Amino acid sequence: MTETRPLSARFRGQVGAFDLDVAFKAPGQGVTALFGPSGCGKTTILRCVAGLRRLTDGYFALNGKVWQDNRVFRPTHRRPIGYVFQEASLFPHLSVRANLLYGHRRLTGRSGWGRGGPEAVRPDGVRFDDVVGLLGLDALLERAPSHLSGGERQRVAIGRALLSQPALLLMDEPLAALDRFSKDDILPYLERLHGALSVPVLYVSHDIAEVERLADHLVLIERGRVTAAGPLEDLQANPTLSIARMPEAGSTLPAIVDSFDAAYGLVTLALAGGRLLVPGDPETPGARRRVRIAASDVSLARSLPVDSTILNALPARILAAEPQGGIQMMVALALGTDGGGCHLLARVTRKSWDYLGLGPGQAVFAQVKGVALVRESSSL
Amino acid sequence: MLVQSIGLTLQLATLTTLILLVVGTPIAWWLARSTAWWKEAVATVVALPLVLPPTVLGFYLLLLLGPQGPGGWLAELWGGHSLAFTFQGLVIGSVLYSMPFVVQPIRNAFEAIGDRPLEVAATLRAGPFDRFFTVALPLARRGFLTGAVLGFAHTVGEFGVVLMIGGSIPGQTRVLSVAIYDYVETGDWGTAHLLAGGMLAFSFVVILTMMMLEKRIGRAGS
Repeated sequence: MTETRPLSARFRGQVGAFDLDVAFKAPGQGVTALFGPSGCGKTTILRCVAGLRRLTDGYFALNGKVWQDNRVFRPTHRRPIGYVFQEASLFPHLSVRANLLYGHRRLTGRSGWGRGGPEAVRPDGVRFDDVVGLLGLDALLERAPSHLSGGERQRVAIGRALLSQPALLLMDEPLAALDRFSKDDILPYLERLHGALSVPVLYVSHDIAEVERLADHLVLIERGRVTAAGPLEDLQANPTLSIARMPEAGSTLPAIVDSFDAAYGLVTLALAGGRLLVPGDPETPGARRRVRIAASDVSLARSLPVDSTILNALPARILAAEPQGGIQMMVALALGTDGGGCHLLARVTRKSWDYLGLGPGQAVFAQVKGVALVRESSSL
Repeated sequence: MLVQSIGLTLQLATLTTLILLVVGTPIAWWLARSTAWWKEAVATVVALPLVLPPTVLGFYLLLLLGPQGPGGWLAELWGGHSLAFTFQGLVIGSVLYSMPFVVQPIRNAFEAIGDRPLEVAATLRAGPFDRFFTVALPLARRGFLTGAVLGFAHTVGEFGVVLMIGGSIPGQTRVLSVAIYDYVETGDWGTAHLLAGGMLAFSFVVILTMMMLEKRIGRAGS
């Protein structure tokens, strides 16, 4: 891959009970998720990037501008970031509108405090009306934060961060403090944001479902170390990584709507190396979608099953396999007869694996029992 | 006579409260946010007037500001008069004596804000002073109200310090509490009654108003 990586970070130091020692790079667009169990140091990394925490041995640069190295340390208020905390943390003494404009005014110099000048809002920057529209804040503008629901508050916090015209958006588990209902309320907004936003996002989360819906790029963190980093699809397809050992392990694949069969209510999706039939609503051919296939929903056959109720049986090649707990095998597949398509994980029993005499390089058919349409894929 | 004492008292209490709000706020901010190990020692010095007999404070102030003390010596340097038994001396004494009543509520209010709102402001490009004036001050307004009212009321009610450092010079240092004492001494019980009753009513109204205002601010702020 020759992709340029405008975001570069390295932080090292004692943080509470453990040593933090991380280094990663991320693309200048799209959502990069910092993913790992609670207490692995994800939030600390984000705070270091924001300058809210200072580790002496640190380096951070965005688009060639160094925010921290052993000589430079830009204080938080001089970093063009937007930060969304786990709790919305709206200013209780300000209305929703004043909260939204708090950072914005400091850029345009209208607060009496901000300097305006070169960092002021560019004509192509994020506009107030756009943010209000995108996040559905119209009816809330004159309210006090104490009169908002948890989901509404978090939407305002996101809008407030966006309106400060960040060059980098930092989100620290913005959904973790919300109940199921508020989460479902806010996820679609985040997905819309993902499509509309041109600045990179660092998204901290310990929820793989959230990451699969939102992230393009993944940095896996465990006990203060980076264990793997790369595009979401690549990391998901690696059976040796810790995420492949999670019960909900699976693959997220980009797809394009091909046609809709009104008689059966099925959408045909084209993806690299094959086609999938998925129950769904009528879709415009050519629309981009993301599908999620759980590893436990994929079984393998050596020949094309002819009398099966399973709709989707795709030719594929075995790339690698990793035993899990003595009973199961996590198998990485590449779709297509030549194995040139996208990668997929399958969880099968070791007994079947041995019985069918499967091994890397072999041509198989992947039978997919369940496919979930995740969201509109971004245009990245 | 009487009106003069009332005017003097209000003047002293107002001036003291204003000075304390200006001087006490940075002290309260520092006490709330500093991680220095010796900050509690400073907090203790500020709180000393709470337990110290006012006469003790007045005694030391007299030594300090009197013609023989360092204050008097300093005053002489620029040809001034020593501050003992003057209105200015009263103000200095009142500021020290009422300081804990202003600093403590403001410090508590600053501490109650926590780090988060200030961090949020920083991520929204607000510099340190900006954060202080647009986030910390408005969020601590309850503490400021409590501090101002307590400081004012406490200054109106002080007696020991005033007597030690100010004496009872009409129009200069003869505030209400001292005036009451003088009326009782001279057997003018009628005027003493009037003043004492007035102070009682004043104190009641002040505390009641403060409580009601606090409640209202609390509702608007939460």
